[in-house]
Amino acid sequence: MGGFLLRRLAGSVATILLASLVIFVLIRLVGDPTHLMLPPEATDDDRALLRQELGLDRPMVVQYATFLFDLLRGDMGESFSYRQPALPLVISMLPPSLMLAGAAMLMAVALGVPWGLLAAYRPDGWADRTGRVFAVLGQSGPPFFVGLLLIRLLSVNWRLLPTSGYGDVTHLVMPAFALSWYSAAGLLRLTRASVTEALRSDYILTARIKGVSDRAVLLRHALRNAALPIITFTSSQFGILLGSAVSIEAVFAWPGFGKLIVDAISQLDYTVVQAGVVVAAVLFIAINLCTDILCAALDPRIRLGS
Amino acid sequence: MAPDGLTVATPVVRNQSPPRRRRVRLPSRRGLALWSGVTLLAIIVLASVLGPLTSPYAPNTIALKATLQPPSMLHWFGTDQLGRDVLTRTLYGGRVSLTIAASTVVLAGLGGMFIGIAAAYLGGIFDMAVMRLAEVQYALPAVILAILLVGVFGSGTANVVLVLTLTNWPRFARVIRAEAQSLSQRDFVLLARMAGASRLRIILRHIAPNLRSTFFVLLTLDIGLIVTLEATLSFLGLGVQPPTPSWGGMIADGRGYLDRAWWTAILPGSVLMLTVLASNLIGDALATTAGTERAE
Repeated sequence: MGGFLLRRLAGSVATILLASLVIFVLIRLVGDPTHLMLPPEATDDDRALLRQELGLDRPMVVQYATFLFDLLRGDMGESFSYRQPALPLVISMLPPSLMLAGAAMLMAVALGVPWGLLAAYRPDGWADRTGRVFAVLGQSGPPFFVGLLLIRLLSVNWRLLPTSGYGDVTHLVMPAFALSWYSAAGLLRLTRASVTEALRSDYILTARIKGVSDRAVLLRHALRNAALPIITFTSSQFGILLGSAVSIEAVFAWPGFGKLIVDAISQLDYTVVQAGVVVAAVLFIAINLCTDILCAALDPRIRLGS
Repeated sequence: MAPDGLTVATPVVRNQSPPRRRRVRLPSRRGLALWSGVTLLAIIVLASVLGPLTSPYAPNTIALKATLQPPSMLHWFGTDQLGRDVLTRTLYGGRVSLTIAASTVVLAGLGGMFIGIAAAYLGGIFDMAVMRLAEVQYALPAVILAILLVGVFGSGTANVVLVLTLTNWPRFARVIRAEAQSLSQRDFVLLARMAGASRLRIILRHIAPNLRSTFFVLLTLDIGLIVTLEATLSFLGLGVQPPTPSWGGMIADGRGYLDRAWWTAILPGSVLMLTVLASNLIGDALATTAGTERAE
């Protein structure tokens, strides 16, 4: 287990470093922030002075080395436009986004897993039939469009929920549901497929012969053995949810991490973009790592196989 | 099974050896899904190609006397805030979106397939570098990476294709690599190697042909994904630029009129959703068929 962990950890650090390098270079290719930070009548000398002040006059290799050094100390520089440290700024915008992604994930699991389980339990039953329709529809609706449909139905027509904004739970329902829609459909299909396969195995037959009740067979034997792909899929959705949150935040005027990064890109606020992307990559990789460890802990075949 | 979690289309269903009675029914349902997908996609493609030729309206002609008209016999999809015919714009937008999706899928698919096979077969440093790069791309939120690349290359139709190709090749590369690796352990490849076939010959004659069905399944499933990504970019104002109509851009324009003129956003959006639905139906059906063939 120790070797497995260490190998995975080393790989993760390498991935994060590479991701930071990619972003570091890309954002510098987008443009020179001094054009946006200074009024148009500023002279070239003014601009050169500002570049020097921001440390952008040095060769890119030196800039990246400095960035890495500062990163070790947990310092990601100062935001160009907000004039405050970039990392705390990014972290302060995380809670609304994590809340949205978390709520969406909960909804997806609450909807997808039981539905998939029922569908696998009675193939061609009502749960299976409706599930098949939902699965294919769910994976066809772009989250931002599902969000707009919800606004039209629930806010404009039925006046049940506020159209947008950030505040209490009523503001959370629609964006989270719009975001969960896609993952719920995926989870439904995956649960159905994994449980169907588990139900066909010998140990299920053995359990049935022993007289274990249907319910126990389904929950204790089939679902537990089908759990690994479900867990892996759920965690993989998290990164996608964070990514789709960019458009959902735009639709629902949700003040989150995605909006911060998109604004920072348009303002060429290098430090905020770098900090944001590194934080996103760390989050994504940490979740994957936890999933791998969880799976290895649950299933010895994974540890021994690798 | 689904390394990126985006497409869960090839699950365990392939191992099914159902009781005989269901065996007769399954293909018909699959056939139904396949043909409804094909029909739907064909209608959308044909309408996008032919529609603009027959429409009495131009996509960008402003008619301030006829703004925000509800759907009627004159304007089937109504008009938008500038009095432009929504149906005409939707069909023109379809041309743009479908062209972008088709070009991207072919470029990303072929590129990813080539890289995937090379990684599987060359192994070593090349394999490691490619897979690490793919992993880095997974760790970065796709939309944010795409926005940055748009910043680098600029927006506009050709650049959107480039950006989407650069963000989507790893999905192909990963699956194809895994598939090619398992193929290269199969007896027929080992036998070919023993018979003295060169590496290139083994790749071209023995491995690549066997990847065909996987490749086409990935290709169809990816169309929906890329149409969605392109619409997201255009919705955020970073993809196809106005006044060129695009589904995402139209949805963004209509957003402000959801209460007064729902058709401006909802109708183009529904066509977008139907397109993704069609591609998913076809992809799923092909995936199941390919899987079954392999199992039997």
